[in-house]
Amino acid sequence: MRRLDASLQLLAPLALVALASLVGTLVSTSTETYVINALVNVAIVVALYVFIGNSGVVSFGHISFVAVGAWAAGVLSMPVQEKPAIMPHLFGLLGDHTIGNVWSLALAAAVGAAYALVVGLPLMRLSGLAAGIATFGVLEITHNVLRYWERIGPGLNTFSAVPETTGLREAALGAGLAVVVAFAYRRLRFGRLLSATREDSAAARAVGVSVYRQRLVAFVLSGAIAGFAGGLLVHMLPVNTESVYLDLTFITLAMLVIGGATSLWGAVVGALAVSGVDSFLAEAENGIHLFGRSVDLPAGTRIVVVGALMALVLILRPTGLTGGREFSVRLARPRRLLTKFAR
Amino acid sequence: MTVALLNIDWQTLADATGLGGIYALMAVGIGLVFGVLRLVNFAYGQLIMAGAYALAFASERGWPVSIGIVLCFAVVLTLSLLMDRLVFRPLRGQTPAVMLVTTFAVAFLLQSIALLWFGPLGKIASSLATLNQPVTISGVDIRKIAIVATAVAAFCLLVLVLLLERTRVGLHMRAAAMDFSTAELLGVRAGRVISAAVLVSGVLAAIVAVMLTVQNPLVTPDFALRDTILVLAGVVLGGMNRLVSATLGGFAIGFASGLLGGALPTNQSQYLPSFLFAAVILVLLVRPGGLFTREGHQAVERV
Repeated sequence: MRRLDASLQLLAPLALVALASLVGTLVSTSTETYVINALVNVAIVVALYVFIGNSGVVSFGHISFVAVGAWAAGVLSMPVQEKPAIMPHLFGLLGDHTIGNVWSLALAAAVGAAYALVVGLPLMRLSGLAAGIATFGVLEITHNVLRYWERIGPGLNTFSAVPETTGLREAALGAGLAVVVAFAYRRLRFGRLLSATREDSAAARAVGVSVYRQRLVAFVLSGAIAGFAGGLLVHMLPVNTESVYLDLTFITLAMLVIGGATSLWGAVVGALAVSGVDSFLAEAENGIHLFGRSVDLPAGTRIVVVGALMALVLILRPTGLTGGREFSVRLARPRRLLTKFAR
Repeated sequence: MTVALLNIDWQTLADATGLGGIYALMAVGIGLVFGVLRLVNFAYGQLIMAGAYALAFASERGWPVSIGIVLCFAVVLTLSLLMDRLVFRPLRGQTPAVMLVTTFAVAFLLQSIALLWFGPLGKIASSLATLNQPVTISGVDIRKIAIVATAVAAFCLLVLVLLLERTRVGLHMRAAAMDFSTAELLGVRAGRVISAAVLVSGVLAAIVAVMLTVQNPLVTPDFALRDTILVLAGVVLGGMNRLVSATLGGFAIGFASGLLGGALPTNQSQYLPSFLFAAVILVLLVRPGGLFTREGHQAVERV
């Protein structure tokens, strides 16, 4: 039964990703875009889960790893002849080379991990509020530098002319890969030690767990997944600095928290559920027909609804929709202790 | 950098002091609520934004300045009491992580409501624009608002010290900030202390709204968002656990921001946020408890 439980904890999120992709194949091309976007969101939220969910430390900085991943993949996979128009001040080395899309995704993951390592080495010593503010600082610095440093990217311009290779299949595979990596991490010694530090930091220290080292491992791994997701993102739609900043930070955190931060299942459920609501509202802002009536919501309704949803879930059910528990077939089971993130 | 540092003149210094004063008031507003509730209010800037919209609303209709200011206070105080009732109260007893994320969500919610309601273009709050004019003191042009902001901040901080040190409710607030449950056991009424802290913090938000609209009359949905993020960094930088250190942290980051913004040449001042946040992160690494706190406060739990 335990083995069944364990495999279900991997298979259930994967099945959900597969189901979402299946929906994507059945709908019209314009709706398919929303599904692809939702799958990329799954990858980002799973990255957040690996660090925030397992460690219980809030990070507002993960979108900076998405951003550097997008920058790395975008700058290097844009065709050489297009580069001078969009990025005239690029470093020579970056300007003269172009790599394939798969390689650019691997590079995005590597750059995300490397940046997370550089940032995490000093920052993982902090926790609680100081960590929250410091990671916010990282987001601000990353946004600020990417926005104005035109030697490494398009600056204020948008990443147009990057090959749009993230289709439904690629996004589904990417999201699935993120889920598998996160699951493997959670089952390994590292993941178990890290959640021990979340549940009781003092007890974990007492048996010789280095909180700093475990957090750093998770931070780097989640940086890699986030960078990879950034690569998927830049190959999906034209990205600029504003699309990988506060709004994305907010919406992905909302997804994680609404789903239930302490479980992989929660991260995937939250990402898909909120993406679904969000895409529906985005459509409704353009005007849609629903049950014979035409619905036309004013622009901006999306964020109001998602913000209200997130605030409501946090106030009424702080452990999220899934209660922060992994998927399980047994309905009635003793409450587990894995709720420290939200108690 | 060394060349840039020579650019500092009296005008920049006065502006920086004014900005430091405004940020210090915001730091007190955030710090007071943190003291009694252990909750960092990310949505503090949106209270200021609401107040700024009230001022813009009044000035668009040509109402006198005093009515605009009264409206601003009314809006901000109502909103902060509502926030306490609807958000802070259900959150009591949650972990700091949940509180931080929730107020982050509330901040976004309020901002997008403003976007929906008033549109992205912004409104002009011009009623107090005369304060933006310079006044010449012994050959140096100094904007009036720099002087007014410094004076108002000093006055407010003085009143606050008197309130905290000399009145009963101030005593209760200090007791609650030190140890909430013990204070409750000794007869401090939790509800009243919290309401008082929320009210005072709201009054400060309204004052800050008035002064910020003078500096920047264009009121947009993300009004005061930048400032709040900086002040939060400043509060953590100074040290959350004591009001004095939080206030000093707020002042320090405002002063540094004003000084660097005025002194750096344009091609460097676009990286101003990076410099400030890098400095904050460096300080947090050396002194995680805060710059102005005493040594010896161990945060690690003892079993």
